Amino acid sequence: MSIEKFNILESTCVPLPVENVDTDQIIPARFLKATSREGFGENLFRDWRYDKDNNPKPDFVLNNSQYSGQILVAGKNFGSGSSREHAAWAIFDYGFGAVVSSFFADIFKNNALNNGLLPVQVTEEFLAKVFEAVKKDAAAKLKIDLKKQEVTLLSTGETCDFEINGYKKTCLLNGYDDIDFLLSKKDKILAFELTQNGS
Amino acid sequence: MEAKTLFDKIWDGHVVDSVENGPDILYIDQHYIHEVTSPQAFTGLENRGIPLFRPDKTLATVDHNIPTQNQHLPIREELSRLQVATLKDNCERHSVKLYGLTHPFNGIVHVIGAELGITQPGMTLVCGDSHTSTHGAFGAIAFGIGTSEVEMVFASQCILQPKPKRMRISINGNLNKGVIAKDIILYIISKISASGATGYFVEYAGDTITSLSMEARMTICNMSIEMGARGGMIAPDEVTFDYINGREFAPQGEAWDQAVENWKKLKTDEGAVFDKELDLKAEDIHPMITYGTNPGMGISVNEAIPALESLPAVEQESFKKSLNYMGFEPGSKLLGHPVDYVFLGSCTNGRIEDFRVFASLVKGKKKADNVTAWLVPGSWQVEKQAREEGLDVILKAAGFELRQPGCSACLAMNDDKVPAGKYAVSTSNRNFEGRQGPGARTLLASPLTAAAAAITGKITNPADLM
Ligand code: SF4
Repeated sequence: MSIEKFNILESTCVPLPVENVDTDQIIPARFLKATSREGFGENLFRDWRYDKDNNPKPDFVLNNSQYSGQILVAGKNFGSGSSREHAAWAIFDYGFGAVVSSFFADIFKNNALNNGLLPVQVTEEFLAKVFEAVKKDAAAKLKIDLKKQEVTLLSTGETCDFEINGYKKTCLLNGYDDIDFLLSKKDKILAFELTQNGS
Repeated sequence: MEAKTLFDKIWDGHVVDSVENGPDILYIDQHYIHEVTSPQAFTGLENRGIPLFRPDKTLATVDHNIPTQNQHLPIREELSRLQVATLKDNCERHSVKLYGLTHPFNGIVHVIGAELGITQPGMTLVCGDSHTSTHGAFGAIAFGIGTSEVEMVFASQCILQPKPKRMRISINGNLNKGVIAKDIILYIISKISASGATGYFVEYAGDTITSLSMEARMTICNMSIEMGARGGMIAPDEVTFDYINGREFAPQGEAWDQAVENWKKLKTDEGAVFDKELDLKAEDIHPMITYGTNPGMGISVNEAIPALESLPAVEQESFKKSLNYMGFEPGSKLLGHPVDYVFLGSCTNGRIEDFRVFASLVKGKKKADNVTAWLVPGSWQVEKQAREEGLDVILKAAGFELRQPGCSACLAMNDDKVPAGKYAVSTSNRNFEGRQGPGARTLLASPLTAAAAAITGKITNPADLM
C-alpha cells in the first residue's frame, strides 16, 4: 500500500486567521457517523460555513470565491482537541494538500502526516506576512518544498524553514506507508514480546 | 545509574526499535477501541488482507454514538445504528472482546478500562480517542491516536511515535472549600493555556496530587490533552494498588504480589531532569468555570472575565470571537448568570465519586425549574453502584433522574444536544463551539459547581451552599 507522494506544492492560499481552531470546528461530531473515509470534505468547517438552514455564510472564507487553492493558512494551535482523524480527512478531501500555521496540536499533526496532508509550521512573523500578502492580493502564492523543508512567499521571495522528522519526510517523498514499515519489523516485535513475557 | 523520570522508564521499556532520525516503534500493552474511530481501521486491515495481530490485547465498547434512554430498543438514527452494528461485526470477525449495548460492563471506554482493572501501572495504552490520557492516573503511558494509528496497532501491536518531552507539574498544599479535582485541572489549563503543554508528556506530582483518590486523579489526567499534552501521568502508590485490587481483570494471588512489587518501582528518581517544571499552590485554586470556547479560558467562579485590554493584541480578535459566541462581555462577572442546562457525566466526571458529590450538594434541595439536567453515569457499573448506594433516591427527591450510560452531551453525537444559544454548565472536558450541539454555549465546571447551578438555576459558587 502507499500514500500519495508529496514533493513541491505551489498554490494560492485560503486564509483562516483564527487561533485554536479545534477539530470539532473542522468536522463537527455529528458528521463522524460514517464508516468509510470518503466524503468528509463536504462538511469541512460545517458550522462556520453554513447557517442552521444550510445556507452558506457569506463571511466565511470557504464561501468567498476570491480565495481558493490547495493551501490552508490558519492561526496558531491548529487542530487542537479531539483526536478524530476525520479532521485531516475532511481537509484533504476538500482539496487541501498542506496546512500552514505557527503551531499545530500533536495528534492532528500525526493524523495529517499519515494522510499525506503536510502540516507546515512556520514562525509567527512569517505567518503574519502570509496573511498580509493574501489580504492584499488573493492571488498571492506559496511554494512549499518538502525536500528543502522550506516555504516561500512567492510575491516577496521571503522564505521560512520548517521541521519534519526524517522518517516522515522519506515516507511522504516516496509515498511509503507506515504499516508496511511496521510489518517489516515483525521479527523484532515478536522478539520483544518474548522478553516481556519472561519478565 | 542515571536518574530517570517515570515517563522515561515506561517508554524506554516499550521501545521495540528506533528509527534513525525518526520515531520510536513503541509496543502497546492495551488497545481500547470504540465505534467512531475504528471502522476505517478495520477496513484498512481487511484491504491489506492481514489479520488483527493481537486481538487479546484489544477491548471494544460502544459509547460515543448511543442514546442514553431506552438502550434496549434499536437505535433510531440510521447512521448511528449502522456504526454500532459495524463495530459488532468487526469485533466478531476479528475475535475482539466487545462490551456492547446493555452489557453489564459497557460504558465510556476510559471509565470501564479503569474500573475493570485492565488499566495497570507501567503499561502503554492507546485508543482512537484523545482522552486516553485518563489512564495515566495509574502510572501508565496512555495517549490518544488517530484512525491510521489504530490500524497500525491492529496490524502490529505497535505504533510509530516520536518521544515527547517531559514536563512536571507539582501542586502542594491543602485545597480550599468547594475545590475538587476538576477545579485543579481547569486551573492548571487556565495558567498554561490550551496549547501550553503541546509536545510534552506531563507528570503530576506534589502532596496535593498524592492526597487525591484514584478517580480524582483520573479527572486530572483526563484533561491533560486540553492543554495540548500528549498525555498525563501520576506515579502509582498505595491508593492506586488499593483501587485495582480485586477488580475483574486485576492480577490475583501470587501474580498480584509480584505485580505490586514491580509497580512500586515505578516512580521518578530523585534528581531526574524534566524539560519543563511548573509549581503551583493548592491554596490559589478556587472553584473554576470556563467562560470561552477553549478549555484554557477559565476563571474562578467569583472572578470577572478578563478585560480585552489585558490581552496581547494578537489574541484579541480570537477572544472577541469567542466571547461573542458565548454572549458574554469582556470584564463582566459570571456569578448569577442564568443557566439552562446542567450535564453531569463524561469520562472526566462520570464516575461514582462524581455522582456522590453531586448528590451530596443537592440532597434535601430542589432542582431549579429553569434547568434541564442530564445525569449520565460513565458506565453501567457506575449506574448500578449509584443505585446500591441510594444516590438515585436522593437525586430523585431533589428532582433529578439518572439516564443510561454513554458519552451523551459531552459531544452530542446522540440526541442529548443543548439547543443553540442555551447555556450549559457541564462537567465534561470541552467547551468548543458547537461541542454540545450547534450553537450551544458550554461552561465547564466541577460536579459540585454543576450541582450548585442545577439548584439555584444560575452560576453559583458551590462553597456558598456547603
Ligand atoms: S465522554 Fe466525551 S471526551 Fe470522553 S470519550 Fe466520550 S466523547 Fe470523548
